[in-house]
Amino acid sequence: MKLFRMTLRTALRALRRNKLRSALTMLGIIIGVAAVIAMVSVGQGADAAVQEQIRSLGTDLLMVIPGATTAAGVRSGWGGVSTLTAADAVAISKECPAVGEITYFRRQVLQIVYGDQNWSTVIQGATPSYPKVRDWAVSAGSFFTQRDEESANRVAVLGQTVVTSLFGHGQDPLDAIVRIKNVPFRIIGVLEAKGQTAWGQDQDDVVVIPFSTAVRRVFGTEFVGTVDMIHATAVASDQLDEAAEQIRVLLRQRHRISSNEEDDFTVRSLNDMARASQTASQVMTNLLLSVASISLLVGGIGIMNILLVSVTERTREIGIRMAVGAKNRHILLQFLVEATTLSMVGGLAGAILGVAVANLISYFASWPTLLSPPAVAGAFLFSGAVGVFFGFYPARKAARLDPITALRYE
Amino acid sequence: MSDTLIQVRNLWKIYDIGDVHVEALRDVSLDIAAGQFVAIMGASGSGKSTLMNILGCLDRPTRGTYLLGGVDVSRLSSDERASIRNQQLGFVFQSFNLLPRTSAIENVELPLFYGDVPLAEQRQRARDALATVGLAGREHHLPSQLSGGQQQRVAIARALVNRPSLLLADEPTGNLDTQTSGEILDIFRRLNRERRLTVVLVTHEPDLAAYADRTVTFRDGRIVSDVSQTATPSPHTGAQHTDVNLP
Repeated sequence: MKLFRMTLRTALRALRRNKLRSALTMLGIIIGVAAVIAMVSVGQGADAAVQEQIRSLGTDLLMVIPGATTAAGVRSGWGGVSTLTAADAVAISKECPAVGEITYFRRQVLQIVYGDQNWSTVIQGATPSYPKVRDWAVSAGSFFTQRDEESANRVAVLGQTVVTSLFGHGQDPLDAIVRIKNVPFRIIGVLEAKGQTAWGQDQDDVVVIPFSTAVRRVFGTEFVGTVDMIHATAVASDQLDEAAEQIRVLLRQRHRISSNEEDDFTVRSLNDMARASQTASQVMTNLLLSVASISLLVGGIGIMNILLVSVTERTREIGIRMAVGAKNRHILLQFLVEATTLSMVGGLAGAILGVAVANLISYFASWPTLLSPPAVAGAFLFSGAVGVFFGFYPARKAARLDPITALRYE
Repeated sequence: MSDTLIQVRNLWKIYDIGDVHVEALRDVSLDIAAGQFVAIMGASGSGKSTLMNILGCLDRPTRGTYLLGGVDVSRLSSDERASIRNQQLGFVFQSFNLLPRTSAIENVELPLFYGDVPLAEQRQRARDALATVGLAGREHHLPSQLSGGQQQRVAIARALVNRPSLLLADEPTGNLDTQTSGEILDIFRRLNRERRLTVVLVTHEPDLAAYADRTVTFRDGRIVSDVSQTATPSPHTGAQHTDVNLP
């Protein structure tokens, strides 16, 4: 321990003697570590933001989307002519044991009028289980009930964007009467704000009305009985894949799809999307990280270079130390400690700089960044390892000098 | 009868560098008693520096044995030789060889650092060693702030600080003027007399060799003369070990 402390003191003195040179050598490591930390922060921040957006759609949600139909050789993509019916949805909730709650809906973009204000928005005819399945609470009033659905009552629940578009500041939308396609609706509730989807759609720009009301009084007679989408939850989050498979099997049966035909629907899980986007952002983070690591590597080579110069310059000093009794390991340790000190001090400065840069990025570019302590600690420790790795060769060169040659060196 | 500190038998040092074959030492045998002050003289290339390097455990002989205090040190590993240099030997060089930009006292402490001496004791012993060579009060001067003679005295203090049994001085006054050279040699003689420190001094100048008890002269890798001076009073009364004794 005493030996280490003395060696550290000697190393620090040697580094202080060449302040500019030490600083420039450290700069490589500083930039490398700062780059690693900043890049990882940006990458993880982006990842967390995407995950959060996906989570906002509802957790453990399965989406059954109509589509991929084959009609006389013409294939329509998903979301085309609907092949799903309300009866399919009811069958799913009855016959798939792994499925918990379901909801289904049809939507149309229509104008909604309140007094002299109007607004074009998505009118969504859905079942009363919609808030529960979507994990979307009502912030004021209440959602419509099964009774409203059965008697096709003219009640509506508004999203936040619609509320702000139609109603002035301080106006209470509850119990107000709005018109959709000239049909009057009483507003009974307001949904809480949910924000954008991962693809930038405003989820709050919506009006939800009972499915039966929508079909009978608003949307018209086209495609009666079909739905635009079915959402389902699993009874438990680890049964999501099972639920998806049960839905698939059931729908193939109901749609009489033979084993050599493709599905005329798609079951998608938000987990799949989350996983896909996570993979994408992981690839991005790794890419950034490897570029940043290269600069750390270059920094390490800088340390090695300067240490080789230093060994040559101080050949005589090494000879003197050997003459008074320094063993090979003393000399080795001295130069290793010098290299490690350079890289660790650089690593520390780089960590501070990296954190600062990450904060600046999120401040000025408004990119979300997420500082990860393991990444900071990892970059710092890695910089230490770089010092040991690149310091070893020059240190060994110094330790292997012949004392007589070293003493005579001019 | 004094103890034999150094016993060299049939020592050869041969350098083979490419086609060049140099016999730097040829069958040298030499005994030096503890407490003796020996001057080694000879022209450049006579082998005296090679002998000094071997005596100083910086180099190993090609053939032959070198017993230091009864231990054969000629076959030791480089770490073991480093220990011997640290514990038993003190070096004084022609070019002082102090660490630049390092204070006098820190230069003197250097051997203690490698000798695992406790920190507090290091400082005290270094202070004492500097006082011995008359440099008390200059502990924190840098080598560049000291004269040549003072620098060499710092080097002597460094050589003394680990309480060696043998002091090796390789042309210690080569870079100094005559008066300063005399002062340095006085220090060696005082250490030799007062502490019975064995001193081996390599020099060109017969004047300086006169400070020693005995002068060994080299030519072409061989000892050509080995004379005990009676002119300089020696503290030893025992018989001198001499291999060759020419007038």
